[in-house]
Amino acid sequence: MYAYTEYDQQLLNERVAQYRNQTERFLDGKLSDEEFLALRLQNGLYVQRHAPMLRVAIPYGMLNSTQVRMLAEISRDFDKGYAHFSTRQNIQYNWPALEQVPDILEKLASVQMHAIQTSGNCIRNVTTDQFAGVATDELEDPRPWCEIIRQWSTFHPEFAYLPRKFKIAVNASASDRAAIKFHDIGVEIVQDATGATAFDIWVGGGLGRTPIVAEKVTEALPPKYLLSYLEAILRVYNRYGRRDNKYKARIKILVKALGVEAFREKVEAEWQYMKDSEMDLPEAEIQRMRSFFPLPAYDTLADNPAELVAKRAENPGFDAWIKRNCTAHKQPGYMAVTLSLKATAVAPGDVTTEELYAIADLADRYSFGEIRSTHKQNVVLADVRQDQLFALWSELKPLGFATANIGCLTDVICCPGGDFCSLANAKSIPIAEQIQRQFDDLDYLYDLGEIELNISGCMNACGHHHIGNIGILGVDKKGEEYYQVSLGGCSGRDAKVGKIIGPSFFENDIAGVITKIIDVYVEKRIEGESFLSTYERVGMAPFKERVYAA
Amino acid sequence: MPRKIIKDRAIVDDSYTQVTDVSQMPASGDILVALDLLLENPSVLPAQGGAWDGKIGIKVTGDVEPEALVEYLDKVDLIAIEFPVFRDGRGYSLARILRDRLGFQGELRACGDVLRDQMFYMQRCGFNSFEPRDDRSIEEALNGLSDFTVTYQADAVEKRPIYLRRP
Repeated sequence: MYAYTEYDQQLLNERVAQYRNQTERFLDGKLSDEEFLALRLQNGLYVQRHAPMLRVAIPYGMLNSTQVRMLAEISRDFDKGYAHFSTRQNIQYNWPALEQVPDILEKLASVQMHAIQTSGNCIRNVTTDQFAGVATDELEDPRPWCEIIRQWSTFHPEFAYLPRKFKIAVNASASDRAAIKFHDIGVEIVQDATGATAFDIWVGGGLGRTPIVAEKVTEALPPKYLLSYLEAILRVYNRYGRRDNKYKARIKILVKALGVEAFREKVEAEWQYMKDSEMDLPEAEIQRMRSFFPLPAYDTLADNPAELVAKRAENPGFDAWIKRNCTAHKQPGYMAVTLSLKATAVAPGDVTTEELYAIADLADRYSFGEIRSTHKQNVVLADVRQDQLFALWSELKPLGFATANIGCLTDVICCPGGDFCSLANAKSIPIAEQIQRQFDDLDYLYDLGEIELNISGCMNACGHHHIGNIGILGVDKKGEEYYQVSLGGCSGRDAKVGKIIGPSFFENDIAGVITKIIDVYVEKRIEGESFLSTYERVGMAPFKERVYAA
Repeated sequence: MPRKIIKDRAIVDDSYTQVTDVSQMPASGDILVALDLLLENPSVLPAQGGAWDGKIGIKVTGDVEPEALVEYLDKVDLIAIEFPVFRDGRGYSLARILRDRLGFQGELRACGDVLRDQMFYMQRCGFNSFEPRDDRSIEEALNGLSDFTVTYQADAVEKRPIYLRRP
């Protein structure tokens, strides 16, 4: 993974000093609440329902074991012994004291981590595929491009006060696990006519109150122009994005209002002045970035070693875990393992101090000391030898990370909701737990196959409810918490926003409603058909009829 | 007493008189005129090479189209960009267009809700003078220009991104 040069480290150290000074001036009364709000948000510090929440950046989801141990130490010394993986591959602390945040940043800086631009109206942490570099369906490793974008967007002087937040995702795989069409900018790595790396750039996607699928603004952009093109898009957005209404301030509203053709014209007019300048990425820089992501020192192995085959045959639980939680790998003899942070009765994405230490230790012993966070709020060990999978599984079980439910109904994406977040209309974690308890039969879950269920506690949509095959949105009705259910959302290549099934439901009825929806699927499905395909074939009517039947 | 501003990283007296009403035009000296006022009263701006003995500046807001300023670029010594609230980032892009694309060489000033914590970014976008808000210490604001010694991107001052100047 990327390793800081002296230069990167100096920038980070200067940032810690700057933020310490800002915090001191705020505590001395020299900065107003409003002024400090903008500064602390650009540093990921929210003031939440119970205490401040600090969001720490995990650039494109990559961590090493030293960093994870530091995250564990911080959770122990500055929080209540746990941390929370977010839906944008970051990690959040829910109980730090505002006064102590500079000390936390100093500790993070000592392991090349920070909280820069994890919130606020600026360019946020760039995200990508959690299987980057190991996926069998990718054109090339997207991470060097992510790092190029990370450096360009970090403290960009022109784009710190955008109309609204700005999220960029990069994808290089056939299946698009980064959901790029629901980002402000989606960068898709493609090959041009000669087979060389190029980019399709998508713009104006997003969730929130107005979910919109992104549109393509340019095709087969040569790599040297990547940053100048992004800069042109950002400049057009910074100048013309709405600033009068925060709910209409995202770039998706601008793109919709202008139409993608007119938007493209503006971008290209701006870009003419930026391209073919010092901004062009030199080939040497691209190669330098690629050099930070070499293949690990893989052993020469074959797929399906005898010990793996034997253990799978004798242990159905292990076999199920391989099928659900392990992913095929580019390198023969290896698999990528997803640690499920979705055990029943644990808030999705939550980890304790001890668990973080355990993850670091497992990464050192099984996966070259590297860990990835996923936008589905799980953790991945990307390079595990197949002949060590049984040993790893045996260690994961007592830790509670071996729940074999990845991609299943109970692998719920869920925001912190009303239990923690001051924006939320309703709780979301207890809804996830209710559903996980209802669907606790793993064999039944496997029979149901891939179903994405996403829960947001309000329409800001941090739980990505719009793109769940089943989406649940908490709404407030005269002070009571209700839940609106949508069906048919999808985040992959054929990205779609789900449709609302009808009037919302009372909290206690949700598990029953989901059961009825699943029953309809089981009755209507044709052999091997996924929930999403069945829904697309039979439509909303049979689901609606069952759910609202007297 | 003239107002203090920061110019070229030093605290200096502001030599400009801000003209908000045509009837109160000073007889001489440096004047700063709002673009709107100028458009309503084109004769306010002394003719190029005319008899005016002072410098001339125009004041604009971040949403102005740069094309509207082209005709003034070689007639004025100062362009002041007003930040109505510090969160309004349009002035940063306007500054970069003025410097990078239109090649404006004169004084580029940030005024309005100008605070220490935004000034480092402003400087990189091409501002070389600042009117920090009256209720804040100008000495402290000056420190804001030195928050960082390292940067990643190309900007209005340093044309080379990090990859062209990394040691």
